[in-house]
Amino acid sequence: MANPTVRIENQSVYSSRMEKFWANFKANWQLHLMVCLPMFYLILFHYVPMYGIQVSFKTFSPRAGIWGSEWVGLKNFDKFFGYYLWKEVVWNTVAIAGYSLLVGFWPPIILALCIHINTGKILKKVTQRVSYVPHFISVVVLVGMINTVLNPVTGFMAYFIRIFDIKDYVDIRGSREAFRHLYVWTGEWQGLGWSSILYVSTLSSVPAELHEAAKIDGASRLRRVWSVDLPTLLPLMALQFILSSGGILSVGYQKAYLMQNAMNHEVSEVISTYVYKNGIRAGDASFGSAVGLLQTLISTCLVFFVNWIADLLSDGEYGVF
Amino acid sequence: MASLTKNKNVKIKDTFGDKVLNWFTGFFLIFVIAIVAYPLMFVISASFSSSKALEAGKVFMFPVDPTLYAYQFVLGYEPVWTGFRNTIFYCAWGVFLDTFLTLLVAYPLSRPNFAGKRAYTMVFYLSTRIGAGLIPGFLLRVDLGMYDTLWPILFPGAVAVGNILVLRTAIKSGIPGELFDAAMIDGASHFQCMITLVLPLAKATLSVLVLYSLVGHWNEYFNAMIYLSNKELYPLQLVLRPVMTAGAGSQGINAAESATSSQAQKDEGLEHVRYALIVITTAPIIVAYSFVEKYFEKGMMMGSVKG
Repeated sequence: MANPTVRIENQSVYSSRMEKFWANFKANWQLHLMVCLPMFYLILFHYVPMYGIQVSFKTFSPRAGIWGSEWVGLKNFDKFFGYYLWKEVVWNTVAIAGYSLLVGFWPPIILALCIHINTGKILKKVTQRVSYVPHFISVVVLVGMINTVLNPVTGFMAYFIRIFDIKDYVDIRGSREAFRHLYVWTGEWQGLGWSSILYVSTLSSVPAELHEAAKIDGASRLRRVWSVDLPTLLPLMALQFILSSGGILSVGYQKAYLMQNAMNHEVSEVISTYVYKNGIRAGDASFGSAVGLLQTLISTCLVFFVNWIADLLSDGEYGVF
Repeated sequence: MASLTKNKNVKIKDTFGDKVLNWFTGFFLIFVIAIVAYPLMFVISASFSSSKALEAGKVFMFPVDPTLYAYQFVLGYEPVWTGFRNTIFYCAWGVFLDTFLTLLVAYPLSRPNFAGKRAYTMVFYLSTRIGAGLIPGFLLRVDLGMYDTLWPILFPGAVAVGNILVLRTAIKSGIPGELFDAAMIDGASHFQCMITLVLPLAKATLSVLVLYSLVGHWNEYFNAMIYLSNKELYPLQLVLRPVMTAGAGSQGINAAESATSSQAQKDEGLEHVRYALIVITTAPIIVAYSFVEKYFEKGMMMGSVKG
């Protein structure tokens, strides 16, 4: 009962794989029973709705429903490429996501290394505890903070404007040029500490003997960072990079949508907000669905492409799939 | 080797370069603390300052002209209470559901001789890669008559696959297999093992996962925004949204103002009310974090490093 496979392997009484599986099933039926509830949940709420993807190729009418609507082929996709701003929407998405990836990828690693290198125990603890806090702030509140703290009249800049008697300040909340920086750097502020956790725990898993040996051989701390710590981090860095590269076309709805206002509309419209506005608010479900589908397909291809490159560059060492 | 490290005299001294590096990283850490903490401190101080001091640009780091007026205003604002009530309900349910489902998958997947493990893992993992997308999911639920009901909020549809993998790894590497074998020889069922062994022994990881789930549900607004139109059902974040996003125009707060306040209150100004709202709605989750904090490193590391 307790360890059935041992018995199964020793006696070769089971002739086929089927029988083997059946024996295992009899011993482990309780485990199957456990998984079946979440499985049912997942299939019902996650996989079953996928049949609705067909509306991308239909003109959805609420009266006819998902099955009854009329097939229109690729019309909805044509419509997106016929939209005179489609390049802008795609570019906004790629620019924001690419900028986030570029700027957001390194700071957590640098922070983790600094935490690892520094010898002040209290300083390290305080840094970690404080830097995790912003992660718990909701998007709504974060955007609220952007809007209040950066308010030139009542935010923290009001203090500096008063002290230095600045006359011609701009309200960066409404500035078109500042939107991307604002989006990316506030994201960085929020995620810096949290993203560093993984790197910190990986660094602390390096066996102390390795550092000890390097020390005896006369390696300075910097040298040990280069020869011991960084090689430990490399596989994880590759993994993180591959996984986040898939997100280059998927800037989340949430923050971009909340940060949108009349002034920054041209640069803040990304694919996901466009989908939401057309598909749900304006009610053109087929069109929204088609654009969403396009985005998902390209993102998935991108993940595999970057994975393939990483695989190629590292001789199959850093690939994920 | 061992004698080397025990003997204090042989301890290798830090070189000058090492010390410089230590200073340098120390400054960097202090810099990070300052950057991260300053906006938080400013928000807290501003919420306790008077609106006049804010508008005059006098608040830099500490409250100026301290007042609790903003908090009184927020607590007198009815929708905030409704929001709190709803959010607490959604959180309690959501955390229960998440944790329950995660445990039910993670335990079987952690058992070494469970045939079908790979197939199950594949189905769960695949759900993070493919999905119906926003619109089809929305249409389906509307078709089923779920619009403006609690169902889409209570059953959002995704299972936290990342959490499952973390918990699975934690059980596998944190609880010795012999313990399970012994329990089973004594006649325990898998259900009993899960309750009596996994629950207490994977406490660190579980509490971190509960925190994750809690944070997720506390901060959730998008589903509610799509599916709910009845304001009585709004979670807190959705109540906040108009007040928080009305940046340049500030319609939200003006609407709240004209609905509830007298002329005298209008003269007082309401900018600090937003700050108070931020503090009041975020504080509970930070407090929850500080309770779980001690399990944090242990719980996270178990799942991540060997995953």
